Amino acid sequence: MPAPATMTQKLRLKGGRVIDPANKVDGLLDVYIADDRIAALGDAPDGFDGAHEIDASGCIVCPGLVDLCARVREPGYEHKATIATESVAAAAGGITTLCCPPDTNPVVETPADIELIRLRAEKIGKTRIVTLGALTHGLDGERLSEMAALKNAGCVGVSNALRPLANTLVQRRALEYAATFDLTVFLHPNDHWLSANGCAHEGRVATRLGLPGIPEAAETAAVARDLTLIEQTGIRAHFCHLTTARAVHMVARAQFDGLPVTADVAIPYLYLTEVDISDFDSRCHVIPPLRTTQDRLHLREALKRGTLSAICSDHQPHEADAKLRSFPSTEPGISGLDTLLPLGLRLVDEHVIELDELIHRLTAGPSGILGLPFGSLSVGASADVCIFDPDLTWQLNTDTIRSNGHNTPFMGWEMKGRVTHTLLAGKLVHSLAG
Amino acid sequence: MNNSRQIDRHGRLRHFLSIEGLNRKLLTDILDAAESFSGVTEQTVKKVPLLRGKTIVNLFFEASTRTRTTFELAAKRLSADILNINITQSSTVKGETLLDTLRNLEAMHVDMFVVRHADSGAAHFIADHVAPHVSVINAGDGRHAHPTQALLDIFTIRRVKGPDFGRLRVAIVGDIMHSRVARSQIHALNLLNTGEIRIVAPKTLTPAHAESLGVHVFHELRKGIEDADVIIMLRLQRERMQGALLPSEHEYYELFGVTEAKLAAAKPDVTIMHPGPINRGVEMDSEVADGPHSVILAQVTHGIAVRMAVMSMAMHHKESATE
Repeated sequence: MPAPATMTQKLRLKGGRVIDPANKVDGLLDVYIADDRIAALGDAPDGFDGAHEIDASGCIVCPGLVDLCARVREPGYEHKATIATESVAAAAGGITTLCCPPDTNPVVETPADIELIRLRAEKIGKTRIVTLGALTHGLDGERLSEMAALKNAGCVGVSNALRPLANTLVQRRALEYAATFDLTVFLHPNDHWLSANGCAHEGRVATRLGLPGIPEAAETAAVARDLTLIEQTGIRAHFCHLTTARAVHMVARAQFDGLPVTADVAIPYLYLTEVDISDFDSRCHVIPPLRTTQDRLHLREALKRGTLSAICSDHQPHEADAKLRSFPSTEPGISGLDTLLPLGLRLVDEHVIELDELIHRLTAGPSGILGLPFGSLSVGASADVCIFDPDLTWQLNTDTIRSNGHNTPFMGWEMKGRVTHTLLAGKLVHSLAG
Repeated sequence: MNNSRQIDRHGRLRHFLSIEGLNRKLLTDILDAAESFSGVTEQTVKKVPLLRGKTIVNLFFEASTRTRTTFELAAKRLSADILNINITQSSTVKGETLLDTLRNLEAMHVDMFVVRHADSGAAHFIADHVAPHVSVINAGDGRHAHPTQALLDIFTIRRVKGPDFGRLRVAIVGDIMHSRVARSQIHALNLLNTGEIRIVAPKTLTPAHAESLGVHVFHELRKGIEDADVIIMLRLQRERMQGALLPSEHEYYELFGVTEAKLAAAKPDVTIMHPGPINRGVEMDSEVADGPHSVILAQVTHGIAVRMAVMSMAMHHKESATE
């Protein structure tokens, strides 16, 4: 890219297949960008003669991806990853907006915490980072956080992340208080008494390996309780990363009944099952745990139907040592920014979902859940664009992975589809060519 | 289970981590070797020079007396040098990781680690990270496996009942859920095509999908031990009374404790086993523990010969690896 000019910057994305599910667009179109905004699709508006061009022929041009759940480990866990390292990985993965849960150290519970993350991300300028505020003070599960202040500071929702709430009354009060400010509550459904010290799905594999199990009921009991409270409090709620067929069924039923609930799936759960932890592969140690092949099938179907309206990475980068222990003692989580799009595209290859549906679940779907104006190529919208070559094959390995966290069971997999360019508010933040 | 971890490309023992992944021939070979070593343990000079000059470390991250002692005796009878290292939780809290501990011991030119750890999978993890010349023997990892205990139990059954396991009905009674011993026994019995394997426990101590292990599941003692040739009792940990798994030792004994009277349901020549240490009046009464059907002390004796067999075979791998 040439040096920025003082006058309006104009850019033409030429010759690509544009897929913008929010606007039901799918066709060979040029995209015109003026400064940080989408100016037009199709015919050139006035003044674009001689504009800079990116050749997108043979590629797909879609809105920049929106990742509902990615940990960038800052502040507090900089030995795992930083906003700087993970911003680069996000941009390389076509992700222009990512949402961080509040379980940093210190937790995100004041306007200053939100400001700190936003400013660091803006300074690096590779991806936009939005944050969820803590639902309870210090995520202690007992005292409410100052949600009005968090909302004014720009948090996109509140959550207690994976930490438990002390009791059902605290949960009711927290939901009611969040509803006061029209905040979406992001719930990680898990009954902590039932999951106890478990580290694997309670089933055949955990029984064989002698690993403490987490029963399906840890998720379904929590979803049932949460749905009851959602109905009573009238809160808008989102279920993060459902893993069981039964929980998905309960959420589908609630949606049918008109409850304002949404849900997502994290991409590892669409590929891996309890069988993958066999032989104590700590890279597959995740919370909630990988479930059965039957559950995986139902998650895929629910994604197609739209009960699950977003796919997230649930990105959890770790330092190597975090996984160099015996299985139960390893830290759970998979590094996922690098594989969000290519693993998504594999779902299309496997006829689980159509390409435009996939892109919807990666853009407009999650953006809608967050209540953000991103995830589309509407004229006037922020020019967040992901351009990828759907046929380019590559291998995920220690040379190609961009995240600081190399903890992924997909290491060594052949991937098809690779991001060639990423634009954040009209600015080129990633180019595969270098 | 991935065979390549514990079996080398010549089909010999490289580590000994679990019964799962062994084939029947190798299992029988170990039992036969143990048979020949049991002669050594009965001599007045109870020593053979097989592992002279070798260094073995008993690396115990969890307390144990019986298992550690029999490994120590087995090593000494093979003329190896043995070092006991007990690493409690508190010393790992000091910051040294498991891998650091291993590296430090390896630097002392150790040839074999005998490992016990509270985490399932710990022995596998260690085997994956030791230097190529070091062998790892699993002396119990979490709820996963205790393969030498299972071997000595099988060895004992073979001595008492003969080599044809196809005609045997074996009942394992007690806390199956938390038992690494039971899991290893079940694999070993299945590998030898045992006629029927039963587990007997209340539902709170029965693992999910237990039948997928290849057993019949019973929740009533009388039915579970009916016509059994062998009854293996498991130790009940006191802490099971917490966590709402059982109401009391008293009720457990009433329902699952083996007494002479209840034994009437089993075959007249039934063999009673227990990995020890016994809670008398909880798992069984003294009459049964010390009675004519009990082989509990023989199990302990056999433990030494079986461990000699496993140690010498895993060490032998190393000798031939450099050929």
